[in-house]
Amino acid sequence: MSVFRNNMADEAAFQFLHNEVIQYIYKSAESGETENGRHIAKLENMGFRVGQGLIERLTKDTARFKDELDIMKFVCKDFWTCVFKKQIDNLRTNHQGIYVLQDNKFRLLSQLSAGKQYLEHAPKYLSFSCGLVRGALSSLGVKSIVTAEVSIMPACKTSREVLIKKSN
Amino acid sequence: MSRQSNRTTDSKKMNSELFTLTYGALVTQLCKDYENDEEVNKQLDKMGYNIGVRLIEDFLARSSIGRCQDFRETADVIAKVAFKMYLGVTPSVTNWSPAGDEFSLILENNPLVDFVELPDNHSTLVYSNLLCGVLRGALEMVQMAVDVRFAQDTLRGDNVTEIRMKFIKRIEENLPAGDE
Repeated sequence: MSVFRNNMADEAAFQFLHNEVIQYIYKSAESGETENGRHIAKLENMGFRVGQGLIERLTKDTARFKDELDIMKFVCKDFWTCVFKKQIDNLRTNHQGIYVLQDNKFRLLSQLSAGKQYLEHAPKYLSFSCGLVRGALSSLGVKSIVTAEVSIMPACKTSREVLIKKSN
Repeated sequence: MSRQSNRTTDSKKMNSELFTLTYGALVTQLCKDYENDEEVNKQLDKMGYNIGVRLIEDFLARSSIGRCQDFRETADVIAKVAFKMYLGVTPSVTNWSPAGDEFSLILENNPLVDFVELPDNHSTLVYSNLLCGVLRGALEMVQMAVDVRFAQDTLRGDNVTEIRMKFIKRIEENLPAGDE
């Protein structure tokens, strides 16, 4: 029991830091739409640089990727596991450059209570991770736009969808 | 078989790298937002304080450690349990003052500064100052007022990283007045 808890403590360190970063970015919050957009962009860009760095470390000894789908699968399995301690639950694609990744239990949102009231704040908590993914893909040679959506499914499960659109 | 175990150690390492890289991105952002190092140091301390006041609850929940009898015990818990738990390193506790109210945490290797080099124009930046705030905030929540500062920093050329902690006073618990 205690071993399990200890394993999650290092994750907790990141979560505390992540939340504080969000508070910092938003503290001078004028709550206009443009301000919000700027804050989200700042967070996303931070995530981008971290993602780039992380993926370099992670793929140091990995073999070349065969194709784009291979890269996506890597992101869904290895990258997601390293960063979020679990794999993506579902990957869908239209084979034309759009990928939808679904995570049914996104860890960075797990601390926010389930319910409607946090929904408007969810984007803040997702921007950094979107940047992470965009940064990782960028280092792997894929230019993309990454957006995320949170929906609450019946039975109080939150599902987070990450939409990756290849951009040229 | 060995590939399995590589995965788990990799994943732990990755998590600390996620933390380290995120911290680096934060400091970079602060340096952009503030004109001088002193301001960045203050901001890091403040953010650390905010984290500390919340982290203490998480820590107490995970570790089930009871109240420390004295400052020496506090020092040991910080070094051997808290640092180990959250940052994966165990600093040594040394340089106790004769009065027993001040000690040093020595970190041979500070996980926050992996991959980091301080450029010349930031020579007064206390890069890891967040840690000082965290310690101060956490201890304040258990009724201890302390002063925490970096005495040595590998980023500034020292051999080790040394955090100096001084006990100032016990904080009286303020009971809410009136209604209850």
